[in-house]
Amino acid sequence: MNQPYLKFEQIGMSFRRGQMETEVLRDVNLHIEQGAFVSMIGHSGCGKSTLLNILGGLLQSTTGEVFLEGKVVDEPGPDRAIVFQNHSLLPWLTVYGNIAIAVDKVFGSRKNKAERHDWVMHNLELVQMAQAKDKRPHEVSGGMKQRVGIARALAMQPKVLLMDEPFGALDALTRAHLQDSVMEIHARLGNTVLMITHDVDEAVLLSDRVVMMTNGPAATIGEILAIELPRPRRRLDLATDPEYARCRAAVLEFLYARHRVPARVAA
Amino acid sequence: MSIATKADTMSAADPVPGATAEIVAFRPPMRPAMDRIAAAARHTMSVLLPPLIVISLTLFTWQLLCSEPGARLPPPTKVVSDAWDFIVDPFYDNGGVDKGAFWQISKSLGRVGIGFSLAAIVGIALGVLVGQSTWAMRGLDPIFQVLRTIPPLAWLPLSLAGFRDAQPSAIFVIFITSIWPIIINTSVGVRNIPQDYRNVAAVIRLSWWEVFYKITLPATVPYIFTGLRIGIGLSWLAIVAAEMLIGGVGIGFFIWDAWNSSRISDIIVALVYIGIVGFLLDKLIATVGHFVSHGVAAQ
Repeated sequence: MNQPYLKFEQIGMSFRRGQMETEVLRDVNLHIEQGAFVSMIGHSGCGKSTLLNILGGLLQSTTGEVFLEGKVVDEPGPDRAIVFQNHSLLPWLTVYGNIAIAVDKVFGSRKNKAERHDWVMHNLELVQMAQAKDKRPHEVSGGMKQRVGIARALAMQPKVLLMDEPFGALDALTRAHLQDSVMEIHARLGNTVLMITHDVDEAVLLSDRVVMMTNGPAATIGEILAIELPRPRRRLDLATDPEYARCRAAVLEFLYARHRVPARVAA
Repeated sequence: MSIATKADTMSAADPVPGATAEIVAFRPPMRPAMDRIAAAARHTMSVLLPPLIVISLTLFTWQLLCSEPGARLPPPTKVVSDAWDFIVDPFYDNGGVDKGAFWQISKSLGRVGIGFSLAAIVGIALGVLVGQSTWAMRGLDPIFQVLRTIPPLAWLPLSLAGFRDAQPSAIFVIFITSIWPIIINTSVGVRNIPQDYRNVAAVIRLSWWEVFYKITLPATVPYIFTGLRIGIGLSWLAIVAAEMLIGGVGIGFFIWDAWNSSRISDIIVALVYIGIVGFLLDKLIATVGHFVSHGVAAQ
């Protein structure tokens, strides 16, 4: 049988805090094929960031394993580059330096200095930030910072690109602009992408599949919706597309009819 | 006058007579330049005037209070005339401890320089250790918290007993005075490194050493410089007191010596110098911090 590219198998996660043990995730199983763009949506506290961090190797799952190309994932690494919600650029480095620190480390032994420089510039051009390469993070806008964050992750040539609510902190116009950039880059490079989002439109617009999480504690995957819209997708055309409307309605229905945030029960 | 002439010529050249339009087009290049100069002058005045007024009032009041016969302290005019030699020639050297202000201050600065540099090196190293290791923090922090409350001069007899020499004892007092804020601020800085930076380091798989000099140190720089600023201030406070006790050349003993020879005016001039040097030391560290942290540390 053909092994899936990326496989979550029976992932469970509990956090222990003193006497209290909170089960965040239970029995999460997910297969992702190479080149797919998968988003994960769910209410706050449903453990989607936890799942992403387990894949990223930043957290160790309590039970189950993640396999990438058949190998167990148990530590962070550049093959699973992460785009963090708050960009996480190092403020003392320039835009160029923030990408170079990753490129120098990841490709230090494989590329010479000139090749590494070209690779940094190539990735800056990919996100249209080459002109701001000598600026420091505090000198560029929020959208530009996130572009650099994406370039840094792409520059590691990850097998899977992980995005943790990458556009959550941006205004609507900047967000739309960056979503278009991400779609374009995905079309060009064909990366496998796992993105966490709160935004139904974003999930439907960008993804091949939308993974919908049930509410925590002990959250798991509730439903997976395949988005069969042809690519390239254009935001304006989709606004009136019946398939788009159907997918959007399906996600909304899942989130707000079947899995409303339950009223908090006093512990 | 020239405005009118120019406007007239232009309206003459213009097929449509419209003097008002001409003047409107003509004015802008003139006004902003004048306005800018005026604004700059106003700004300079508003910054310089208040301190000048306060200083003049202070000197005036001091002059009034100390002018009557039998006043215990000299008025400003007498300070300047008494200490004139000390003020105008900072480079004289009559041998022994009878040297100009430049030599006195540079001797003190030398002691501070050595003691403070040692404190910076050891303090940053210990701060990083305490910041990174919970075990080291639990072990060392209580000791630091007790030791840091000991007044600088309380260390002097002990260090004299240990070193049996004035010079290293004074340097040790500087060291032990300025090291605490450096340790504490550095360790707080290391503990406050955002988890995001650590995650980035983990994803690109930086080694322990690379994390230290590519992430930990630069992320901690603003905190380190806060510690260094407090430390240099404390050093300068401590050196004057320590020098009074150890003697020799140095601005601290100069003051004590002046008191013993009733040269009150020299003391007052020396105090002004100490204040100015302390201020400059603080600014120096702040400026270095500003550059090293690429503008992240406040100036």
